[in-house]
Amino acid sequence: MITGRITRVAGPVVQAEGLGGAGLYDVVEVGDMRLVGEIIRMDDKTATIQVYEENTGMKPGEPAVSLGRPLSVTLGPGLLGKIYDGMQRPLDMLKKASGSFIRAGDKGKSLDHAQKWPTKLTVKVGDDIKPGSLIATIQETQLTEHRVIMPPGLKPGKVTKVLPDGDYDLDTPIVFTDSGLALKLMQYWPVRLPRPTNKRLPPTEPLMTGLRVIDMLFPISKGGTSAVPGAFGTGKTMTQHAIAKYCDADIIVYVGCGERGNEMTEVLSEFPHLVDPRTGRSIMERTILIANTSNMPVAAREVSIYTGITLAEYYRDMGYDVAVMADSTSRWAEALRELSGRLEEMPAEEGFPAYLPTRLAEFYERGGRVETQSGKPGSVSIIGAVSPPGGDFSEPVTQHTKRFIRCFWGLDKDLAYARHYPAISWIDSYSEYVDDLREWWEKMDPTWSDTRAKTMEILKKEQRLEQIVRLIGPDALPDDQRLILVVADLIKNGFLQQNSFDDVDKYCTPQKQMLLLAAILEFHKKAEAAVKSGTPLAMITALPIRERLSRLKSEIPNERLDDIRAATREIAVQFDELQRRKAGEATR
Amino acid sequence: MKGLEHTGLIHAEGPIVIAARTETVGYGELVAVRGRDGGRRIGRVVETSLKAVAVQLFAANTGLTIDETSVEYLGKPLELRVGLDMLGRIFDGLGRPADGYPEILTNEFRDVNGAPINPAARVYPKDFIQTGVSAIDGMNTLIRGQKLPLFSGNGLPHNRLAAQIVRQAKIISTEGAKDEPFAIVFAAMGIKYDVARYFQDSFEKSGVLSRVVMFFSLADSPSIERLVTPKSALTAAEYLAYEKNMHVLVVMTDMTNYCEALREVSASRGEVPSRKGYPGYLYSDLAALYERAGKIEGSSGSITQIPILSMPNDDVTNPIPDLTGYITEGQISIDRELFEKGIYPPIAVLPSLSRLMKDGIGPGMTREDHKDVSSQLFACYARVKNVRNLAAIIGEEELAPLDKQYLRFGERFEAEFLLQGEDENRSIGETLDLGWKLLACLPRTELIRVSKKLIEQYLPRAVENAEAARAAGVEV
Repeated sequence: MITGRITRVAGPVVQAEGLGGAGLYDVVEVGDMRLVGEIIRMDDKTATIQVYEENTGMKPGEPAVSLGRPLSVTLGPGLLGKIYDGMQRPLDMLKKASGSFIRAGDKGKSLDHAQKWPTKLTVKVGDDIKPGSLIATIQETQLTEHRVIMPPGLKPGKVTKVLPDGDYDLDTPIVFTDSGLALKLMQYWPVRLPRPTNKRLPPTEPLMTGLRVIDMLFPISKGGTSAVPGAFGTGKTMTQHAIAKYCDADIIVYVGCGERGNEMTEVLSEFPHLVDPRTGRSIMERTILIANTSNMPVAAREVSIYTGITLAEYYRDMGYDVAVMADSTSRWAEALRELSGRLEEMPAEEGFPAYLPTRLAEFYERGGRVETQSGKPGSVSIIGAVSPPGGDFSEPVTQHTKRFIRCFWGLDKDLAYARHYPAISWIDSYSEYVDDLREWWEKMDPTWSDTRAKTMEILKKEQRLEQIVRLIGPDALPDDQRLILVVADLIKNGFLQQNSFDDVDKYCTPQKQMLLLAAILEFHKKAEAAVKSGTPLAMITALPIRERLSRLKSEIPNERLDDIRAATREIAVQFDELQRRKAGEATR
Repeated sequence: MKGLEHTGLIHAEGPIVIAARTETVGYGELVAVRGRDGGRRIGRVVETSLKAVAVQLFAANTGLTIDETSVEYLGKPLELRVGLDMLGRIFDGLGRPADGYPEILTNEFRDVNGAPINPAARVYPKDFIQTGVSAIDGMNTLIRGQKLPLFSGNGLPHNRLAAQIVRQAKIISTEGAKDEPFAIVFAAMGIKYDVARYFQDSFEKSGVLSRVVMFFSLADSPSIERLVTPKSALTAAEYLAYEKNMHVLVVMTDMTNYCEALREVSASRGEVPSRKGYPGYLYSDLAALYERAGKIEGSSGSITQIPILSMPNDDVTNPIPDLTGYITEGQISIDRELFEKGIYPPIAVLPSLSRLMKDGIGPGMTREDHKDVSSQLFACYARVKNVRNLAAIIGEEELAPLDKQYLRFGERFEAEFLLQGEDENRSIGETLDLGWKLLACLPRTELIRVSKKLIEQYLPRAVENAEAARAAGVEV
């Protein structure tokens, strides 16, 4: 520990002298209140410190103590279901300790050190262990087995002593080695350092979100990275919430970075009551929340993203598929800008520091599907919300983010105005994972690529036609082109639009997605043939099956797939009947 | 130290003065600066080092001299005197009495900067507030504990609408209306005297003046004082809500003036600007205000915020409305085109939004059909906008029959649903019935956002009523 002295205080940026022996990014306890800070610049004898807490009242001359280690998180059983702030202080404990408001200097242990965990040891004396070796397992929640793994970077060795199975707290060493290690249930890891892995694996398995527009049109893989940009009110947070609730990842880390307090409260009050459609357990059991809301200190907001991804990597290393929601990366970039401004660095675009793209790249590259040190596959998928000022996607954060992600779900203001949610634009969005995931989907349904391509084609055609319609009106179009408009409407209302508050519609299985879309395309095929044979479009649109198709998504639950098949057969019946009626009229 | 004055400055420019360090001064603490005229100005330490102290003043700097100015460090942050006696009083931006009466009698002080609410200690807001305005209640419902700004422009009737909301707002719960203590906190920043007077009169007419705390920093006060005005107001609101368990409605007008004061100070400190010259921390700064709305555990009170902001040049992409929209839980947009059509309140329902609406409406709270009806009205009215664009090019005559029906729906929606009197207080039931009445003029196959069950239940009644009215010779 090195003690220095504060020389200058300007908001969250503090300078201190006498910290020459401390390292960059070392944690510093600043001032009499011992607020947490991090050294971000060394200049001769002066250290520049970024303080993570509100520091009103801090005076020059007060001490600054370097702890000689970088900012780290505590990892171990007990993380799931918790809510933390940006530097992993447990918010529910702080509430008990100091009331409804967060005061500077509040301290709280990230994990409960008194709690004893029923532990099953998986090594015995004489075993060779190395980083990545499984040493014990704990049933952390009903859903999740916590695998205690030898942390990366430690010296391999032979086990010399093992404690028997039993209840242990976080601080008790349970495995000893001849290399001098005493391994516990708990470990620390620096947040800015990616946890090492053996190698990267190709992203061949989809992350099923249950949202049709994503899974079908713009899919993301497990270990994929995606950005959700949108102006305010277009539903970034709602999309993130929906994915966090129903996607098929094992663990969710939800980072509320510089966003609304009530949104985190909503997650806290809603998630415990929601049941995961696959496991039947409360989804809070697989969720970790990091809440650094917009009014909490800005430096802690900058670090909250790293805290979140480090927790995600920890569970990935156990062999789980983890999904990180970062809401919103723009607020994180703004925190960078604010701190950079206080350091009087030369700004690049719109005041953002020149290293913004580097930091974004570092963050998104921590996502991916990997072979972990234990040899098991695991993944971290990242879904980052972007809040472009004025909804203008040409601003620096959106533009730079696009360079480092492979899946782009652009939210559209006009769709949101019509309360068409999720307001993911089928024109602006793209996914580079389509080819990687084709094989997986086609195993389930060989027509997947074809169905998807046809749907996109109709939507693209509609967009072109829409430009003409805007000039001359739909009636001037021939019937076959107006049919495209009708079918595109069906796709929009009966497939793409999804009500996340409707009990049936909120989550859609891949099988149901395929059948719904196939039914609409079947309608298209039949209608196209009918139009060709001279049936007026008005007769086709008057068929009762048309309205039925747009209601199937919310009327037929996931498990009653046969009802959708029946509705699909009904299409042919109604069209045949239409032909007979027409023929009858012709003979009369 | 309190009571100890140091004479002399190193530098004075704009609202920032720099004095040599004569004692150890804490960041953010309060400073009293006295010029040659003897006038006492309040300021705050924005930077402190071993050599010098930079102070940002909250008052005009005219007459400050380098040699004669004296500086007194008060050793505490800016605080507000709080007590129930605040109700019915008028204060200036810094919380000093501005109505000619003495300071309130209390020994309780609160730091105006407040502290962030622990997200784990918040209570998720769910109580529906009936404002009596259809465009709000039906389509963009206000919830107790929400922050819902009015996005407006110069010359638009945002003040009248805000006053109407304050007059009519009440809680309708299933157990019936409860008599709960309430208060109104009104923060005026850089607005004209007439506007402040209008609100005062409106409070008086509705007989609530004794429940209002007012903070006036009008157009003729130093612009820099506006930086503290909303903080003082919200500190008063927090005291009343979380310590005295009242339901507090905070009206803050005009946020644009607050942001401009912030820009002024930032520029004079030579900070790197981001968009349109506003400082990079505008978002965090606004968030520190707006996030002081809500409900917390352990208190039955709540703070509901209605900030008003006039968008420069009606531009919603301007940083002030833009960042506000990212922080607040929705927005009510006031539209010039509707206003020019003579529609009051001219609320543009499509760009308006209430994020908390989804959990505050429905069976047990408003009515079972509320979600579906509002969703359907949104979808239909969005279509109206498209049809109107088309009609502007090809002419109404050329429209398809269905599109003509939509056009008619749009006209009626504006003339019957949106339009209402300044004293017209519609219940939520009336608003929803009105919605059904309008939906009844579209073909049933168009109503795909409403469940079949609700259509069976409500639509025939709406059609019957319309037919009965038609039979009676009333135009519907």
